Amino acid sequence: MAKKKFVVGCFDDEAVLFPAVKKVRTAGYKIHDVYTPFAVHGLDHAIGERETSLHTAGFIYGITGTATALSGIGWIFTRDWPLNIGGKPHFALPAWIPIMFELTVLFSAVGMVLTFCYLCQLAPFVKKHHFHPRATDDLFVMVIECTDKTNVDDLKGFLSSNGAKEIDVQVAETGWWLGSYDKNEVLFENRTVAA
Amino acid sequence: MASFREQFEIPGKMKTWSWALIGIGAVALIVGLVTKGMSSDEHEQAVFIGTLMYNTIFWTLVCNAAMFFICATTLAMGGWQLSFRRVSEAISAMVPIFGGITMVILFYVIFSHNHHIYHWLDKDAVENDPLLKGKAGFLNPAFFLIWTTLTIGLWSILGWRIRQLSRESDESPMDNQTGTSFIFRNTVRAALFIVWFALTVGSTVPWLWMMSIDAHWYSTMYSWYTFASTFVSGMSLIALWVIYLKNKGYLELTNQEHLHDLGKFMFAFSIFWTYLWFSQFMLIWYANIPEETVYFKHRVQGPYKGLFYLNLIINFVCPILILMKRSAKRNYTLMTFMSVLILFGHWIDFYQMVIGSLSKEHVTLGWLDFGILSLFVGIMILGVAKSLASRPLIAKYHPFLKESVIHQV
Repeated sequence: MAKKKFVVGCFDDEAVLFPAVKKVRTAGYKIHDVYTPFAVHGLDHAIGERETSLHTAGFIYGITGTATALSGIGWIFTRDWPLNIGGKPHFALPAWIPIMFELTVLFSAVGMVLTFCYLCQLAPFVKKHHFHPRATDDLFVMVIECTDKTNVDDLKGFLSSNGAKEIDVQVAETGWWLGSYDKNEVLFENRTVAA
Repeated sequence: MASFREQFEIPGKMKTWSWALIGIGAVALIVGLVTKGMSSDEHEQAVFIGTLMYNTIFWTLVCNAAMFFICATTLAMGGWQLSFRRVSEAISAMVPIFGGITMVILFYVIFSHNHHIYHWLDKDAVENDPLLKGKAGFLNPAFFLIWTTLTIGLWSILGWRIRQLSRESDESPMDNQTGTSFIFRNTVRAALFIVWFALTVGSTVPWLWMMSIDAHWYSTMYSWYTFASTFVSGMSLIALWVIYLKNKGYLELTNQEHLHDLGKFMFAFSIFWTYLWFSQFMLIWYANIPEETVYFKHRVQGPYKGLFYLNLIINFVCPILILMKRSAKRNYTLMTFMSVLILFGHWIDFYQMVIGSLSKEHVTLGWLDFGILSLFVGIMILGVAKSLASRPLIAKYHPFLKESVIHQV
C-alpha cells in the first residue's frame, strides 16, 4: 500500500484520446491506465499493455478439470465401487467424456473468473480508488503516473494541448484495500463533479 | 488504389504442377479403370467407383462450403472477410465442375443398378426387406436422380448469382442508396443459398449420397457431421489460397488479423466436428443395438481401427493442441501446415465413411486413392487459379471493404 501521485486527464472523444495516448507515450510519460466507459478496440495495444496470460491460466485450469474428472471417475468405477452398467466395461471411456468435458469447462470458467477478478483487483467489500466517476459514463480518463522527475505543470499543459477537457492531480492508492474510503478517498457520491 | 496488384496472373509453375497432378491422376484413373473398374470381381468394381465417389463428393462439398462461408458472413453483415472474398468466390466457382463430375458418377451408379454400392437399388432385396421397403419413399432411383440434379443445379445457379452480384462492386463507387440496395440484394441471394444449403448438405444429401451405402443403417447426425467435415476443410482451403496469394505478393489488404480469424474458424469447426463425431458415436456405443453398431463394428474393432484413431488424432487432437494458441493462428507456416493436415484428415474421414462401408474386410487405401486425389487437387488448383485470374482480386467498391481493411482481432 503505497500512495502515488498521478496526473489525470479526461477526454470526451475516442478520436482525440488515441493520438493523445500516442503522444504521451512518445514524450516518455508513464501511463498508469486509461479508464473508459466501454471497451475501446486497440487501446490495450496503444497504451502498450502486454498480452494477458489469462488464457494460459484458463488452459491450466481446464487440464486440471479434465484430470480431476478422469481420475475421479476412473478410480470410483474401476477400483472403489465397480458396477455393472448395461454390460459395459468398467473403464467405459466414451461414457465419461461428457463429464470430463463438463468439468473442464467448469474448472476453466470458474478459475478464469476468479483469476480475472484477482488480476483486476475486484472482490466484494474491497475498495479501489476511482480517478473520475464519469469514467463509467462518458469520459475517457487517462491516468499518468508521476515520478521524481515529472514536471507536473508541464505535463498538465501537454495534456490540455492534446485535447484533455479536464485535468487534475491526485495522490491515490492504486491497489485494493479492505475497509472504507477515508478522507482522501472520498466516496464518489460526495465528490463535486465538474460539468 | 491504383498501386494494388489487383489482377492475378497464373504463374507458369502452377500450371505445370497442376497439369502434372492431373496427368498423374489421369494415369491412376485409367490404370484403376482397367485393373479394378473393369475387373470381373464386383467387389473390386465397387471399390473403384467408391473411390471416385468419395473424392468427387468431398471436393464438391468443400468448394461449396466456401460459398456457404460467403453467404453466412453476408447474412451476419460480416465485413472482415471482404479483403479475400474473391478467393472464397473462386473456390466456390468450382462447384459446377466438381458437381458435374459427381452427377456423372452417381448417375452411373444408379443407371448401372450397382447394388454393391447402393443396396437399395436391388428391387428383389427391397421387396423382401421390411426396412428397405419402409425407406423406399426416400431411397429410390427417381427421387435420387431428381434430388441430386436439383441439389447440384441450384448450388451452381444460386452460387453463380452471388458471384455475379459481386461483380457490381468492381464497377463504380456506390453512394449510400446504391450501397444499401447492393447489400440488401446480397442478403436476399445469400439467404436463398443458405436455405437450399440447409435442405441439402444440412440434411438430405449426405444421407442420400453416402449414408445410404449402408442401406439399413441410419444416423440423423450424419449430415451435420458431413457438413462440419467439409466446412472445416473449406476454411482450410481458403486459408491455403490466401497464404499462397500473400506469398506471391497479392492481397495487400489481407493480413495476420484475417488469417487469425480463418484460424479461429478452423479451430472452432474442428471442435464442432469432434462434437458431432462423438455425439454420433457415443449414443450408438451406449445403446449397443446391433442394427446401429453395425456401422462402427469394423471401424472401431476391425481393419479400420488404425484409420479410425488416426482420423481422431488428425482432426481433433492436432487442431485443438496446435491451433489453440493465438500466435499459432497468426503464423503463416503453422497455418499452412494445419490447413494441409486438416484437408488430408477430412479426406481420410470421407474415405472411411464411403470405403469403410464398401470394403469391410480390407482397408484399400493405396495408389488409386492418392492418384484420384491428385486428379482432383490438380483440377481444383487449375480451376481456382483460372477463376481468380478472371476478375480483380479486391472488390474495391464494396461498401463494407473498409471494415475489412481496419479489421483487428
